[in-house]
Amino acid sequence: MSRLRQLAESRSRPIVTAEFPSIDGGNLDTVKAKLDPILAFVDAINATDNPAAHAHASNSSIAIALKMLGAEPIMQVVCRDKNRLAAQADIVGAALFGVVNVCALTGDDVTAGDEPQARRVFDLDGPQLVKVMSGLAEGRYLSGRKISPAPELFVGAVENPFGPPQHYRVERAKLKSDAGARFMQLQIGYQPLVLESFIAGCVANGVAARTALLPTVVLTKTARALSFMHDNVPGISVPEPTRARIAGASDIPEESFQLTLELARHALSLDGVAGIHIADFRHDGSLARLVSELNLSVSEPTDPSAPSDPSDPSEPNAPTAR
Amino acid sequence: MKFLPIVELATKGPVFDCRMCGQCVLHSTGMTCPMTCPKTLRNGPCGGVRDDGHCEVKPEMPCVWTAAEGRSHHALMPNSWEDHFSELHPPVDNQLRGSSSWLNLITKRDKQFPAGWVGRTMADDGAEPADEPRSALGEVDDISGLDQGFHERTSIG
Repeated sequence: MSRLRQLAESRSRPIVTAEFPSIDGGNLDTVKAKLDPILAFVDAINATDNPAAHAHASNSSIAIALKMLGAEPIMQVVCRDKNRLAAQADIVGAALFGVVNVCALTGDDVTAGDEPQARRVFDLDGPQLVKVMSGLAEGRYLSGRKISPAPELFVGAVENPFGPPQHYRVERAKLKSDAGARFMQLQIGYQPLVLESFIAGCVANGVAARTALLPTVVLTKTARALSFMHDNVPGISVPEPTRARIAGASDIPEESFQLTLELARHALSLDGVAGIHIADFRHDGSLARLVSELNLSVSEPTDPSAPSDPSDPSEPNAPTAR
Repeated sequence: MKFLPIVELATKGPVFDCRMCGQCVLHSTGMTCPMTCPKTLRNGPCGGVRDDGHCEVKPEMPCVWTAAEGRSHHALMPNSWEDHFSELHPPVDNQLRGSSSWLNLITKRDKQFPAGWVGRTMADDGAEPADEPRSALGEVDDISGLDQGFHERTSIG
């Protein structure tokens, strides 16, 4: 069983996931060099799928490489670049290599990238892709053709609690949870109150209990990074006071770190949050420092599917819902 | 183009900017056509909606799903439509593009989903060949040996 799934089901401790940087050239050593500084501090790592509509080494190739190098990948699949045939083939193909965690995204539009002339696909949308992934896990393609044996998959999705219409985002999380998403990474956000109300809504409608909600924080080093995200990344807005706080700080890199630490502490304090997802734009060891200052341990969780010691009466036979 | 699609386009085109997808969902989207979304999303707004509620791709255009969500609560819309708003809509059937959604509604053609979408397998529906999957087209030396469905699916016009 994947560690992500184990933790999402047991909730025995907070989950830590991270974004893997994009790879363009090189070989497996190139991937290893990017992995080594973060491997010990995370439970699972996102293999992204042409993020921000820029072509990079593919989601499945990076997911397989991460698996080969001893990490647990989360293979993102976006709807922008591939139709239903290609998306299903990638997932089933990567599963042959032990890529279990898959995460469905609609994907930024092609106009957000460096090839705005590209044809956009969007044959499926995000919620539909979640349901298609769930079908694959149950041993059938969308067409109904059987897959035997069924690939072992742990299906997830993303949601943006900060995107308008904000009151509807809870419904949308439920739509994806109902379609089979069992973990959900949330968009980067700098509005703690908005996150709070989203999480509270997900607790109220039952999503938080069955789908592990993972808010995202991002490690930045400069004032420009915040303005860039605010101005250029669709769906991310950074309030003016927050930007002013960083721009006016005497030690901008340290103040940026403290901001991320505060946001992460706040997110993890919310009832209904299962862990944290970290995007690292600093690559200076800050990810390790963040995990350490949050007192998060990512030691191997006990495997509930392993035979339990009969002499230990505290070990329940069935996983209990919390 | 046959008669009915022409009438449908002439009616719905100017009012809803209809794209003739052939599987109309206007009644469950507050009368806002989701096919005018640049990503043709059928299940709600993407994560890229701008703070002002406008489209990530076309900043001058209000997000069709943000508009639809607002309209789904409108007093003049039947309550039953509001209930349908958050239902999961199936993937678009690209075979229906250009055909009349009215006809497809009456004939229930727009309710024919892939077996896997409704949790079934082809074998459940008796549609899966008992032997190994048919050979790829590259290995077929006599196209008359292909099943009837192949010719229907690939006919042009």
